[in-house]
Amino acid sequence: MALALLASLPAWIGNSYYVNIASQVLLYAVFALGLNVIVGYAGLVSLGHAGLFGIAAYSGAILINGGYGHFLGIVGALAVTLGASALFAVLALRGTGLGFVMITVALGQIVWGVAYRWISLTNGDNGVSIASRPAPFGLSLVDADPFYWATLVVFLVALAAIAVFVASPFGASLRGARDQPRRMNALGYNVWLIRFLAFLFSGLWSGVAGLLFLYYNQFVSPQTVALTASAEVLLMVISGGTATLLGPIAGALLVVVMKNVASAYIERWNFVLGAIFVAIVIFMPEGLVPGSLRLWRWGVRRWRQRLAGPVAMAAVPPGSGGGQ
Amino acid sequence: MRALEVSGLQKAFGGLHVTREVNLSVDPGERRLIIGPNGAGKTTLFNLITGELRPDAGSICLFGQEIVRVPSRRRAHLGLARTYQIITLFQNETLLHNVMLSLLGLSGLRWNPFRRFARQAGLIEAGRAALSRVGLLDMADRPLSDTSYGERRRVEIAMGLAQNPKVLLLDEPFAGLSLEERRDVQGLLASIPRDVTIVMIEHDMDVALEFAERITVLHFGEVMVEGSRAEVVAHPKTREIYLGE
Repeated sequence: MALALLASLPAWIGNSYYVNIASQVLLYAVFALGLNVIVGYAGLVSLGHAGLFGIAAYSGAILINGGYGHFLGIVGALAVTLGASALFAVLALRGTGLGFVMITVALGQIVWGVAYRWISLTNGDNGVSIASRPAPFGLSLVDADPFYWATLVVFLVALAAIAVFVASPFGASLRGARDQPRRMNALGYNVWLIRFLAFLFSGLWSGVAGLLFLYYNQFVSPQTVALTASAEVLLMVISGGTATLLGPIAGALLVVVMKNVASAYIERWNFVLGAIFVAIVIFMPEGLVPGSLRLWRWGVRRWRQRLAGPVAMAAVPPGSGGGQ
Repeated sequence: MRALEVSGLQKAFGGLHVTREVNLSVDPGERRLIIGPNGAGKTTLFNLITGELRPDAGSICLFGQEIVRVPSRRRAHLGLARTYQIITLFQNETLLHNVMLSLLGLSGLRWNPFRRFARQAGLIEAGRAALSRVGLLDMADRPLSDTSYGERRRVEIAMGLAQNPKVLLLDEPFAGLSLEERRDVQGLLASIPRDVTIVMIEHDMDVALEFAERITVLHFGEVMVEGSRAEVVAHPKTREIYLGE
């Protein structure tokens, strides 16, 4: 049902402007899903993932412009991203909690610095453009509709891969290492290695999203790897609901739609987005998806009670049901 | 060969010598009780044995194998399991999930990112068996947050037993339990077969003395008295330190 709606989206959404926005939602959803692996399931908040996203986009662009072609460009970019993720992880996993956050901020800023100042490599502030989108199996992705479908396929693969990962024994180990690291160690788990591998997996999907971004815009600039970009995707994950599969998707939808659609009507759209985040934090601190589920269950219960009779039962008011 | 042989173990936090020259020999199958007043270094001794703390000096042998340099997580694979004084379980998961995580820790499956954890028949079966040993099988699918304190203590023990350890360290398994729950846990401990060596820290003298064959009295990080139940209880130093006479 949802799949049919998504697949037929270009047919019912009207014009190609909205199809492009849908592509953006999907590519940021892949990014947020990847970040959620480390933020939600590993419990390590990263503010440097735009660095990994950008490394994929930049290295893809540089390889493609270097004449290596799309296939080698993509494979090479993902390999570079995995290498960068490994380096990020080795450095950042020296700490947890706030220490981890600060190291990822620093690493993200280093990537930004390289993008901005290493002009011979990255063309500095002007950014790097690529001439064309790839044409997998001879299908041109130049138009909005085919590009949307290609993005949808990548998104579905990412969603399926992360769903399988999270439900696997390794996923259970990862969540255990988040909740009781000391206990997991005593039970025989290598907590550091579990987190390291999860970081690689998270970095890989951030890289995939970075390549989608590169092909969507056919352009990448230092703005892509700025701290605000890391914060934006982190907000997608947190507002949608960490450690849920659908949360990051809802978060990506919210942010991208606000950014593109609301900004057409309201000049201060950032203000509106901020207000929405504040409202989410107050009324659904666990995020949009788990929060909506809680409200829905509460509503159903109220409705049943009303059917059952006029006896006023003390129902739990919305917003007061504990976090997790 | 001793199941556990600790010799010359030392640990200091800054100027505070929490463990000084501890020697301990536990035979295979033995039930050993470690008692001592607060701050005697009992839990620190456990943390040193399991490797959560690194000793300043000394050696720890598990069935003749020196493990003092073996990382904590590897010691679990060598047959050393423990429970915690402060319950450290997975709050949001079911009882079965908790025990399955304990089993998974020793299984190569823990690195597998493809299969469904909740469908691992071998782990489920072994997890249910461990829960059945502690009498919690009928609650297997309840979230841990729905259980009582006494039931959580039993889940702790189930997680220890699930790993089929050679040496099991129990850190105050009776702490905070009601009289009835104490009897349950006591019966549970008595039912553990003799191929598991048990070292237990406990404050509750009544249940603990009944359980243990040999007793070690720790005081200010040193072994003060060691011997059989009768010897230790009769020893003047025990009375001085522990019974406050």
